[in-house]
Amino acid sequence: MSTPLLKLEAVHTHIGAYHILHGVDLEVAHGELTVLLGRNGAGKTTTLRTIMGLWHPSAGRVLFDGEDLGALGTPEIAHRGISYVPENMGIFAELTVAENMLLAARGAKRPEDIDPKRLEWVFGLFPALKRFWQHPAGLLSGGQKQMVAVARAIIEPRKLLLIDEPSKGLAPAIIQNMVEAFRELKRTDTTILLVEQNFNFARQLGDRVAVMDDGRVVHAGTMAALAGDEGLQQQLLGLSLAAHQ
Amino acid sequence: MKPSVPAAPALDALPAVRPDRVPLMLLPVLVLAALPLTGSLSTWVTLTFAGLAMGMIIFIIASGLTLVFGLMDVLNFGHGVFITLGAFLATAVLGRMTGWTESESLTRNLAAVLPAMLAAVVVAGLVGLAFERLIIRPVYGQPLKQIMITMGGMIVGVELIKVVWGPQAIPLPLPAAFRGSFLFGEAAVEKYRLIAVVVGLAVFGAMSWVLGRTKVGLLIRAGVQDREMVESLGYRIGRLFVGVFVAGSALAGLGGVMWGLYQQSVTPEMGGQINVLLFIVIIIGGMGSVGGCFIGALLVGLISNYAGFLAPKVALFSNILLMVAVLLWRPQGLYSVVKR
Repeated sequence: MSTPLLKLEAVHTHIGAYHILHGVDLEVAHGELTVLLGRNGAGKTTTLRTIMGLWHPSAGRVLFDGEDLGALGTPEIAHRGISYVPENMGIFAELTVAENMLLAARGAKRPEDIDPKRLEWVFGLFPALKRFWQHPAGLLSGGQKQMVAVARAIIEPRKLLLIDEPSKGLAPAIIQNMVEAFRELKRTDTTILLVEQNFNFARQLGDRVAVMDDGRVVHAGTMAALAGDEGLQQQLLGLSLAAHQ
Repeated sequence: MKPSVPAAPALDALPAVRPDRVPLMLLPVLVLAALPLTGSLSTWVTLTFAGLAMGMIIFIIASGLTLVFGLMDVLNFGHGVFITLGAFLATAVLGRMTGWTESESLTRNLAAVLPAMLAAVVVAGLVGLAFERLIIRPVYGQPLKQIMITMGGMIVGVELIKVVWGPQAIPLPLPAAFRGSFLFGEAAVEKYRLIAVVVGLAVFGAMSWVLGRTKVGLLIRAGVQDREMVESLGYRIGRLFVGVFVAGSALAGLGGVMWGLYQQSVTPEMGGQINVLLFIVIIIGGMGSVGGCFIGALLVGLISNYAGFLAPKVALFSNILLMVAVLLWRPQGLYSVVKR
């Protein structure tokens, strides 16, 4: 494994009276796609939100490029080069697709100011975006909204993408589009931490995998090793890959 | 027979765009419905202009309040203190310029009124900055405490105004060129009401431009919908909120001057009395929606005037009835922006 870009050391997170993360240890290597797997309520979303500073760790350290993010606010963390796509996609429904993208392009004052080369590259990943560029984002289908959410996260180069369940509720054709887009992102050496429950989707993309249960990482290794070991899948995820095919 | 399964939408299927214009249609419907009831065209014109003028002033005051709620879920029951402050500052400035306000020259009148408005905007904005820092910031995310402490803040503010200007009502006469009416056939439209409509439209236009055409406006619209996502994109929503709060307080100060001139008298309690109307307006419009606030304010202004003429006893609670009717139709208000 190459040098970790992101490292969580014994991270605990409380939300009100609830103790959600119980000492998460996790490493995400430069240029790799790491998948965070686990059942509902295992702590995957809380882990992403803790990294993003939306909830602060009550103990432990979140190190990004060697810097402890624990004391920083969410905007400062975003400025370090981290993009976040939440589970609900975080689309601004009342704004057009162009306005959604403009918000993510922090240096641009108007949609025309967005770097045209980067924009063409994004349109190459999600060609449909070009057609509904001026449409209110709230009127798009779930799959189209997910495209906007991912496109918004990459409209400017970022060091790390945090993406929460991008395949959730999407039609197979749209999932395939997402797979192709993430493969292209991997070719550009983008580092990604992806939360997923769809093992088949995760298996196609992941370099490494971490499995969470009860607020802890209970397994970390390569995706190839997990995908090739049905017994381990049964043990960790309570399912077999065959059941998802 | 197999049940039919709806096909997944094509990746590039264009969604139908249907702007929601139904709430906007309420205004012409109300105005036209009042025509046969008022009995005469001239009365109808006079009442309609009076309603529009009242609505525009309420909009100027309420627009900041709705954005403050939309951005940070802050219920500021102390907004009225900025109205009172603006109105009393106008009495102080205009009281020293009676030579100019009593002149028949429109230029000299404007040269007196504009500094009064500027003083109200600047001082109310600065007091708003202190109000946010000292009173609202410690109770972010605690709605019950917000209600209590902002009401308390208004009581303290009003008492301080009484210390400076005294508890009695102070006359605020209209400058000479603003008095009287224009006659359109048999219909008389007060000059000041026309001015209030023009100022209200100018504020609405400026606000629409800022919100619709600038990056700051885009951030405000986005923050009203999902502030957490705005922060995740790298923007400090707290700073944006302070800016909106100060602008809202400044607009309330301007509205206080307009309202004081409309009533031609100011009292320390005037802000508290208007507060109720403000909350009715922003609830009708949909919390966080400036467009909804504009329509809501005009509806309230028009209904107050029509009801005051047609059924004075109903006028006392006509705005409550309007709010109930709107909420039964659209529980989130005319334009629902805040989804939290």
